[in-house]
Amino acid sequence: MLDAVALQIMWNRLISVVEEQAQALIRTAFSTSVREAGDLSAGVYDSAGNMLAQAVTGTPGHVNAMAESVGHFMNEIGVEHMRDGDVYITNDPWKGTGHLHDITVVTPVFRMGKLIGFFANTAHVVDVGGRGFGADGNSLYEEGIQIPIMPFVRQGEVNQDLIRIIRQNVRESDQVVGDIYALATSNDVGIRRLMAMLDEYSAADLSQISDFIMTRSRQATLERIAALTPGSASAKMDIDGFDKVITIAVHVNIDKDHVSADFTGTSGLDKKGINVPMVYTRAYTCYGLKVAIAPDIPNNTASLAPFVITAPEGTIVNAPHPAPVALRHVVGQMLPDVTFGALYQLLPGHIQAEGASALCNFQVSLTPRQGANMPPNAKSAEVLSFNSGGSGARPNIDGLNATAFPSGVMTMPVEATENVGPVIIRRKELRSDSGGAGKWRGGLGQYMDIAARDGYDLVFSAMLDRVDHPARGRQNGHNGAPTTLACDDGTPLRGKGRQAVPTGATVCLGFPGGGGFGDPKQRDRDLVRRDVRRGYISRDAAIRDYGMTEEDLNIHDSDGTS
Amino acid sequence: MTNNHTASTPIRAGVDIGGTFTDIVLETPNGQTSTKVLTTYTRPEDAIIEGLLAVTATAGIKPSDIGMVIHGTTLATNALIERRGARTALITTEGFRDVIEMRTESRFEQYDLNLVLPEALIPREHRYTVAERILADGSVDTPLNEDHIRTLISTMKTDGIASIAIGLLHSYANPVHEQRVREIIAKEWPDIPISLSSEVSPQMREYERFNTVAANAYVKPIMESYLMRLKARLSEHLISAPVFLMHSGGGIIDLMSAATFPVRLVESGPAGGAIFAANIASRFHLDRVLSFDMGGTTAKICLIKDHVPKTSRSFEVARSYRFKKGSGMPISIPVIDMVEIGAGGGSIAGLDAMRQITVGPESAGSEPGPSCYQRGGTRPAVTDADLLMGKLDPDDFAGGSIPLSTDNAKTAITDQIAAPLGLDLDRAAFGIAEVVDENMANAARVHAVESGEDLGGYVMIAFGGAGPLHAVRLAQKLNIPRVLIPASAGVGSAVGFLKAPFSFEASRSLYLRLSDWQEAPVKDMLKELRDQATSFVRASVPDSNIDISAKAYMRYVGQGWEIPVELDEEWCKSPDKTDITSLFEERYSLLFSRVVEGLDIEITSWTVLATTPVQPSPPILACEGQINDHPIGHRQMMDMASGENLTAAVFARKDLRPGAMINGPAAIVEPETTVLVPVGGIALMQSDGTLDLRLDGDMTNA
Repeated sequence: MLDAVALQIMWNRLISVVEEQAQALIRTAFSTSVREAGDLSAGVYDSAGNMLAQAVTGTPGHVNAMAESVGHFMNEIGVEHMRDGDVYITNDPWKGTGHLHDITVVTPVFRMGKLIGFFANTAHVVDVGGRGFGADGNSLYEEGIQIPIMPFVRQGEVNQDLIRIIRQNVRESDQVVGDIYALATSNDVGIRRLMAMLDEYSAADLSQISDFIMTRSRQATLERIAALTPGSASAKMDIDGFDKVITIAVHVNIDKDHVSADFTGTSGLDKKGINVPMVYTRAYTCYGLKVAIAPDIPNNTASLAPFVITAPEGTIVNAPHPAPVALRHVVGQMLPDVTFGALYQLLPGHIQAEGASALCNFQVSLTPRQGANMPPNAKSAEVLSFNSGGSGARPNIDGLNATAFPSGVMTMPVEATENVGPVIIRRKELRSDSGGAGKWRGGLGQYMDIAARDGYDLVFSAMLDRVDHPARGRQNGHNGAPTTLACDDGTPLRGKGRQAVPTGATVCLGFPGGGGFGDPKQRDRDLVRRDVRRGYISRDAAIRDYGMTEEDLNIHDSDGTS
Repeated sequence: MTNNHTASTPIRAGVDIGGTFTDIVLETPNGQTSTKVLTTYTRPEDAIIEGLLAVTATAGIKPSDIGMVIHGTTLATNALIERRGARTALITTEGFRDVIEMRTESRFEQYDLNLVLPEALIPREHRYTVAERILADGSVDTPLNEDHIRTLISTMKTDGIASIAIGLLHSYANPVHEQRVREIIAKEWPDIPISLSSEVSPQMREYERFNTVAANAYVKPIMESYLMRLKARLSEHLISAPVFLMHSGGGIIDLMSAATFPVRLVESGPAGGAIFAANIASRFHLDRVLSFDMGGTTAKICLIKDHVPKTSRSFEVARSYRFKKGSGMPISIPVIDMVEIGAGGGSIAGLDAMRQITVGPESAGSEPGPSCYQRGGTRPAVTDADLLMGKLDPDDFAGGSIPLSTDNAKTAITDQIAAPLGLDLDRAAFGIAEVVDENMANAARVHAVESGEDLGGYVMIAFGGAGPLHAVRLAQKLNIPRVLIPASAGVGSAVGFLKAPFSFEASRSLYLRLSDWQEAPVKDMLKELRDQATSFVRASVPDSNIDISAKAYMRYVGQGWEIPVELDEEWCKSPDKTDITSLFEERYSLLFSRVVEGLDIEITSWTVLATTPVQPSPPILACEGQINDHPIGHRQMMDMASGENLTAAVFARKDLRPGAMINGPAAIVEPETTVLVPVGGIALMQSDGTLDLRLDGDMTNA
């Protein structure tokens, strides 16, 4: 019989095992979204499909969504049909993690002939066919190949028919197939480590550690919820959408033993690929609630269970098959922000202002221009870029400059990007005056200017929001600056969709800032002076928004700035 | 075997400045003498002089007899951690002022709404931009605006700048603009120190490269002044011996190179520890070794294969958030690759939200120290748990210099761990030790995976004050059956300095796809790298043989992680595409079991290492073992695996002759630490004073 100390060690070990699983995936993956930006997740499950641990490496949309995924595999394959050496796969947005670009792989774990649990992981692959990654699809069928839940490996034998079908359907077949193998390898690493742990503790299966994790996590989460004052509140947030405004409405209720969020009143489906399957809505909303209420309790089925997320089917946050969902992150990553709008009323003093929220991503397609004097080896290239605006100011701390929230991904280095294709990033730096003024200032957004190298045509696929709906401040904090985008020759650009860029023009992007918190007139004068010195804000803004005088600005300010 | 520097300079001193102690080891033809003196923070050279005078007196030689001083120090690291460097400017490409501030644009902790990112080393007001642009292929897109630089000079003077870093985009591919900026500034402002990213760290990825050159410039004035003062103080004491420095890559460079590239001194102490372990590995013919160095605040774990510590091309310094990956500053220089975690004798234990025991990274340090030190500490630390488990003798800790209070340890652990959890005291102490050991085991496992290694078949070499106390349990958790605890484990790093080769690694990012293969630029670049690396080593040891080894970092186009592919001298002289393709495929299938058909292969960077040959160490001859069953006493001790109480025999390490064998459970005590032999295990005293522990009692291969 294992005691509490041994079980605690095993729990820590499981968290380390899934971290190893994630690192193995990064090391062997091909897609930049996985290996550079960390757009992945990894986890271990018991035989009932309860998620016991998730890797710290990974992003909330994947991790929390994947928590549900194994149950679908158990239902569709049938536990009685699972065999040692099997590996299963899907990219079903409703049974995986919300769009076709995410491939989920599940491997059953057998010990002494008995099914004792599962390893599962997810990665964002470079291509799934269809129109390519972007918002332009009108239905799921235009967004790429669909892989229903099925075996990728049957008792050690790779399903070659599946591989051939995938190869035939995607643009970067070697990389996509390579990534599927990497997912399977990563689960294998997890299984090896798990077996070593069970041997060390002479444990036959995961049942005892599972009970321990579930009981402790449930207790700890319930303690956190019980410590809150029960109550309910509503909030709304408008965002740009594709070509019509989307309203997200949420009602949050804190009860004795659970917290619920319901999205009744949210806009209906969009025609383009920005709809969100319920699984992704649950993932990000749950993240928003958990990070505010029980942040230090590891993610697992029990610690997520007290957070109950609902939305009427047919709203944009509960899109049914076959709605187009490729860019579900643009709306999905706004959900913590709108949820915070309600939590702010229930947990004053803990909740930040609105931020850029959705990643500021874009993809550029570069093709050698007909008739241009090009070297013979000139090739087309696709370049994907992940970037971030500013996060919202906290009640006692400034927002984070150009940092992803709620997403957990990283940006790609400019030098690496320019080595991938004939693109020149002319500018990538903080955007002055974009953080909402406040006692605590919103995080700054950033400027990015993008051009093609001589002789190439550029098509720009935008995945940006907050053009017309900037992040809002709280308690008299000002709004963050909105997204701006246009070409340097004056050609306007839209926030979403593929758009041709005139020859020789540069795409100029301004990513949004976070909202401010509190009255800017109350901001510490030294901090205002520091912000001016650093160029986070202009002297004009210091005078206009923060109520500084020229004399105030000159105190201890021998350095001066523009 | 010729070995010029040892032949001509028989008396050498190794000097390691650490956070608490400065360790000095003197090596004479008659043997080794060592001492520890307290580090003197304001004038670190004082402790060195004190220590050198002490060891020379003990050895009966004059200070002027010392032929060479090899030095490692945490001063550069501490200057970065404590932000005590010079007011530094970063001159960078227009449009990219904020590279070092924007970092990777991600949060290293996803579940903290109050997360604060570390401030950039150089604040925005001291980051200046110039109009210029070089592209990925090294071509000039926008010429350098030289007038712009001249205006900048007066601005920087007004701003009180004392050191300048220059980091321009793609300078690794073409350094001409960085060099021109330096030329212009040096002409008008000759005495300002200037560091170039294309020289300090010529690697692709602007965040890492700019941060590295910023760090170099930031510590340069301090380190330059310290090194010059040290040189002068040594001369005052008639020590005219040349001073060399241990660098983070595990080699030795001369004083002037160290003053030019002080960022290379970061983590030089731990690097010495890894060299120490590598040397032991070589003497025992161990091909797979895990080096485990545990002190008061942190533990360092490093993998050593074929007697060479694993190296990497980047690491993180000054982690600001619980040692969490991503919370520090990336430094791209050749380093001995190790994982450092907040786990030491002083690490503090507490309870988290789930009422689980946590340990570290907060440390009680030496002031106030663990509660058993009786210096005002009241929170339970790992040493308190070790004491209650019987791993330490309260009357003979640190050679009896620090009397330990068992009562204090009991109170701290009872009040803060045992009572809230409803555990008995023994179980709580056991829990603390288990958690810290498990933390280290997890870090070691993840490090092994990140390095593509499986720890099966590894042997552990343990040192540092707390290392021997925790080595056995850590080894059990990692399924490592054999642990070596060398003599002079307490001053391991300083001993390591004396074993290190003179070496320099030159590196370059020359991006190349094999489908666009060109022989001439590769050949020219490798020759340049070779010349650069060789001339650095020659500067220290003009006459020694120099070994050259080269590596290409390769991957399939589309992957993110390169694998190093070793290139021999023959290949470097006439680079060939077919050869390098098969070398890569061989290496790749070894690591990932199969090659990927039909994909292009790319090379992202190249390194050339010039090094003096490693000094041969006499192999250890097998000892005829004989059981020693005459302990100096007995004490109650807890079994580390089960937590059961048992009676252990106590032996003094100094009394054990080569060949002595001790059956577990036993404690082998020495002034700096205690070695524990577990139940069922056996310890053999080897002929060089190393204790050779077999956890399962199996003495084969002794």
